[in-house]
Amino acid sequence: MKKTGNDRILLAHGGGGQLMDDLIRQHILPSLKNDALAELGDSARLDVAGSSLCFTTDSYVVKPLFFNGGDIGKLAVCGTVNDLAVAGSKPVALTLSLIIEDGFEIDLLDKILASVGQTANRIGVDIVTGDTKTVEAGAADRIFINTAGIGIRLTGVDLGFGKIAVGDKIMINGTIGDHGMTIISQREEMKFQSQLRSDCASLAGLIRELLENTSGIKFMRDPTRGGLAATLNEIARSTALSVEIRETDIPVRPAVQAAADMLGFDVLTIANEGKFVAIVSPESVNDCLSICRNNKLGKEANIIGEVVGTLDVPLVEIETRIGGKRIVQMPYGRELPRIC
Amino acid sequence: MLDRINKAQDVIDAACETLGRRINIMEVCGTHTVSIFRSGIRSILPDNLKLLSGPGCPVCVTDQGYIDAVLRLADRDDCLIATYGDMIRVPGKNGSLETKQAKANIRIVLSSEDALQLAKDNPDKTVVFIAVGFETTAPATAVVVKEAAAETIYNFCILSGHKLVVPAMRALLSEKNHNINAFLCPGHVSAIIGYGAFAGIVEDFCRPCVVAGFEPVQIIEGLCEICRQLSAGKAELKSIYSAVVTEKGNIAAQQIVNECFEPADGYWRGLGKIKKSTLKLKDKYSRFDAFRRFGVSEEPSEEIKGCRCGEVLCGLIEPTECGLFGRDCTPQEPVGPCMVSSEGACAAWFKYGREKRRKR
Repeated sequence: MKKTGNDRILLAHGGGGQLMDDLIRQHILPSLKNDALAELGDSARLDVAGSSLCFTTDSYVVKPLFFNGGDIGKLAVCGTVNDLAVAGSKPVALTLSLIIEDGFEIDLLDKILASVGQTANRIGVDIVTGDTKTVEAGAADRIFINTAGIGIRLTGVDLGFGKIAVGDKIMINGTIGDHGMTIISQREEMKFQSQLRSDCASLAGLIRELLENTSGIKFMRDPTRGGLAATLNEIARSTALSVEIRETDIPVRPAVQAAADMLGFDVLTIANEGKFVAIVSPESVNDCLSICRNNKLGKEANIIGEVVGTLDVPLVEIETRIGGKRIVQMPYGRELPRIC
Repeated sequence: MLDRINKAQDVIDAACETLGRRINIMEVCGTHTVSIFRSGIRSILPDNLKLLSGPGCPVCVTDQGYIDAVLRLADRDDCLIATYGDMIRVPGKNGSLETKQAKANIRIVLSSEDALQLAKDNPDKTVVFIAVGFETTAPATAVVVKEAAAETIYNFCILSGHKLVVPAMRALLSEKNHNINAFLCPGHVSAIIGYGAFAGIVEDFCRPCVVAGFEPVQIIEGLCEICRQLSAGKAELKSIYSAVVTEKGNIAAQQIVNECFEPADGYWRGLGKIKKSTLKLKDKYSRFDAFRRFGVSEEPSEEIKGCRCGEVLCGLIEPTECGLFGRDCTPQEPVGPCMVSSEGACAAWFKYGREKRRKR
């Protein structure tokens, strides 16, 4: 594909799809070369003074700030914790940076901070340092949060694309699309009534249980922006292997599917905030599923497909409900409502 | 459901074997196009049955000249552009609304009512509603034009890019070298205009027209009905979407459209000028016509070099046969109309079917 010719940043550059990938590979990586970054994992893996660490950062600009199932504070903790967890580490400490627009209500800030505190407490991770900046009205949209996190890699755990092999199974810990469709349905311009609820949750506990009690997990990633489609395409691209999934095995709540259909979205591309995709060796599938299904964050866990060989180019293919097949592409970046 | 699919598939297989030649069935509805790709219907059809994605996506067939008119209005400080999300990425001569979005006078709306509300909320600006779509969205535009007139909301106007499906289908069949054997007719449009609206096509061109819904099983049953007719040497009008579509359609919706609009000749991206194929506001509502209010006009666009969307829309080639496809023309930077909206033939092909199928 040709180099993208945009001379300005578009909203779609932040959507977790092809455009963001191009931005990272064409503009960010060339200026910042090093081995830890080159892996482009959810967290960087660092060996510092004899300790194996994971280190990550993420910024949160969600709108609305409060949504069914969570808020920007809970999201800022869970999101960064999940990035550490899927890299095979135990989260130990986070930073918290606030960028606040002039005029933002203090009582809303208190609510957000209380949510940050409660979420961190529940997970057992400390917020150990932070920063506060204020900007003129109009220079930010109410409040933006950045968190960075550090984790200690679990002993004997080494996750990576390199271990993925033909025949491995693809597991997900529950329904997809809940977070993204909840946010879209609660945006001011949409305002449609629904029973949608974000899946925003910390996965650290469940992931640690899986990694400490089974040996067949080879790779994990949380399918946030860009959804399952982006994560599976990254796996195919990075391993040069293909991926086959089955539509009937992918858990989706009917309300989420209905909302996605109404707006013309492909639920495979919708963001999740409490899900992980794990590549699991066939022998440990049963152990992994049973651990997941005994945890409230994994009750609907399922095997949704497998890694298969590639004859021409690595692809993600889905077998549809009617027995047809189609390709699942890397999403563009920003799904827009359709008109007809 | 699988039972119904298997049954229909058996009929399709038998008919295609009997016919023995290539059969081209065109769908003229973007929702059909996407459903066909998403459900992988092509992969379960016989090799000699081809589905052609016609001019069914209103965004895709919106001409460059119209977009240029929109962009000119977007440059004005006294205007607020209210548009459906799909229009954001449609390219004009110099960029798209997406590249102008930084200016912040462009708002995405989900309905024409939202656009009118925007006008009420912003009395110091003129809200221009980018009114595109086929017969399905035209009634909603007509409703707000009437509302604006009744409530004297004069800072509201529309730039009508509404199009009519039947004239486009007739134009396609009037092309000398078209190869369309039958139409899978659009469910939503038919709900408004009634399936009777396609009777003329069946009579004049002797092509089966079958109206179907959007579920994969409904589409397959629609294809099954078409195959049954073709193998029997018949061309009939039939709706298998009776829960939603009647012969006469939604009379109230037709009336309100006729009250506000009249058919006019207009430009289609990829197809050129088609007689009486677009909707123009009637004189009594000229106050709400952004073309007239701002003196902008829809210049026909120059041909895009190398773009074969016209042939794709006519069903003469598949998207991958175009030299620009996937290289110079992608959903990120569309060149031709069919790549523009997610419902366009090329975009759907790019998204769901670009790569060669892997053989086992």
